[in-house]
Amino acid sequence: MPKTTVLNALHREMGAKMVDFGGWDMPLHYGSQIEEHHAVRRDAGMFDVSHMRVVDLDGADTRRWLRGLLANDVNKLRVPGRALYSCMLHPDGGVVDDLIVYYRGGDHYRMVVNAATTDKDLAWMRGQAVGLDVQIRPREDLAMIAVQGPQARERVWSVLPDARGVSETLAPFHGAAWGDWFIARTGYTGEDGFELMLPTAEAAAVWRGLHAAGVAPAGLGARDTLRLEAGMNLYGQDMDESTTPLETGLAWTVSLTDDRDFTGKAALQARGAARHQVGLLLLDKGVLRAHCAVHTASGAGEVTSGTFSPTLQRSIALARVPAAVQAGDEVSVVVRDKQLRAKVVSYPFVRNGQILIA
Amino acid sequence: MNIPADLKYTASHEWVRSNPDGSVTVGITDHAQDLLGDMVFVENPVPGRKLAAGEECGVVESVKAASDVYAPLAGEVLAVNSALETAPEAINQDAFAAWMFTLRPDRPADIEGLLDAAAYRQLVESESH
Repeated sequence: MPKTTVLNALHREMGAKMVDFGGWDMPLHYGSQIEEHHAVRRDAGMFDVSHMRVVDLDGADTRRWLRGLLANDVNKLRVPGRALYSCMLHPDGGVVDDLIVYYRGGDHYRMVVNAATTDKDLAWMRGQAVGLDVQIRPREDLAMIAVQGPQARERVWSVLPDARGVSETLAPFHGAAWGDWFIARTGYTGEDGFELMLPTAEAAAVWRGLHAAGVAPAGLGARDTLRLEAGMNLYGQDMDESTTPLETGLAWTVSLTDDRDFTGKAALQARGAARHQVGLLLLDKGVLRAHCAVHTASGAGEVTSGTFSPTLQRSIALARVPAAVQAGDEVSVVVRDKQLRAKVVSYPFVRNGQILIA
Repeated sequence: MNIPADLKYTASHEWVRSNPDGSVTVGITDHAQDLLGDMVFVENPVPGRKLAAGEECGVVESVKAASDVYAPLAGEVLAVNSALETAPEAINQDAFAAWMFTLRPDRPADIEGLLDAAAYRQLVESESH
């Protein structure tokens, strides 16, 4: 039996086509994933991301422990509410998972990890916390709704006027507690908006209220095209336990220069990065797909995520290629037995509704 | 599920309409578009091309996946619906109106060998189990 979120019946009521996603029965779309994509870029859409797991971390040793656990440095979290994106690595530098950690003041932190990796992550974290004063509490009592788009915050406040005070002053990548809720100005679409963490019992009423306020329900299909346009990696596709952050466009999340040690650091320094992640813009007609072979002047590579971009009206991809391949190069990609031409570009492709590539 | 009774069908999810002049019109079924989701590209055969029954002759590609389109009957391609090249979403809106191409069958009687609506419905239901 696939796992279900508290909103499962509501998705079906709203006409969702459901799919299995990492063992979870989730909405793929509610009719048209392209219309849902445009709703997020132009107005506001909402995603049920309750399959992702909120994990609360508390205890006197938590910061010290996180500084060794994560490739990014939680000492960047100086003020309560600040969020940090990071990978969690194996000793060999492979990525256990990518995650967001929020600082909640004192010895309190909140992490959000991927759905399919939750059990593995919890086991890994508990193994790294033996003998330390760190409490690791998965919050299965919380649902999570991501409301995204240029009008997302206004729509949330129209439904939850009392939440305005605590969330209006939030800078991007910050969050704040609101009663037993947590409201964060974060997301996975390249648009402004909130991720709402709230008691599961309240989720359906909030979803209905947002829908009535004009927020379009959006499924995993739109979530994938939006995150890809925004140049954001998907764990299990663009990176996994066999790749390092340095090979997958995440060097900016790894601090190697300071004297802090963390799990995987030595391996990252020793392995370097013979490959790196680039964006591709397809010049020919067709759609780039994950695992398509890429031929470059410097050797072979592979598409890790590819799709049709509804904003650009052409196909885009993330690809892992030899480090010598640079933006502006032309490469060829094998799509359905045909060699198609693609241009190497730096990404993101789209942010805040604007096309960023030429 | 929308499966018009006056059309014929293939196991590869094309629909076939018999025209008064002896030609047939071909598209993909509502069930096929539902499986594929939002269409982004349609590739039609070139008019004049001679097709064998079951030959790959076109592609419909959605955000999710690409799928080949097969000739339901042996024959010659007469005309193609080039409007689909700029508006592939027409297939999602009405798969039975958004025809792909017309064909002059080599043997008009071959159309009787295709699935009727009841048989196609049975096929779709068995595939979804």
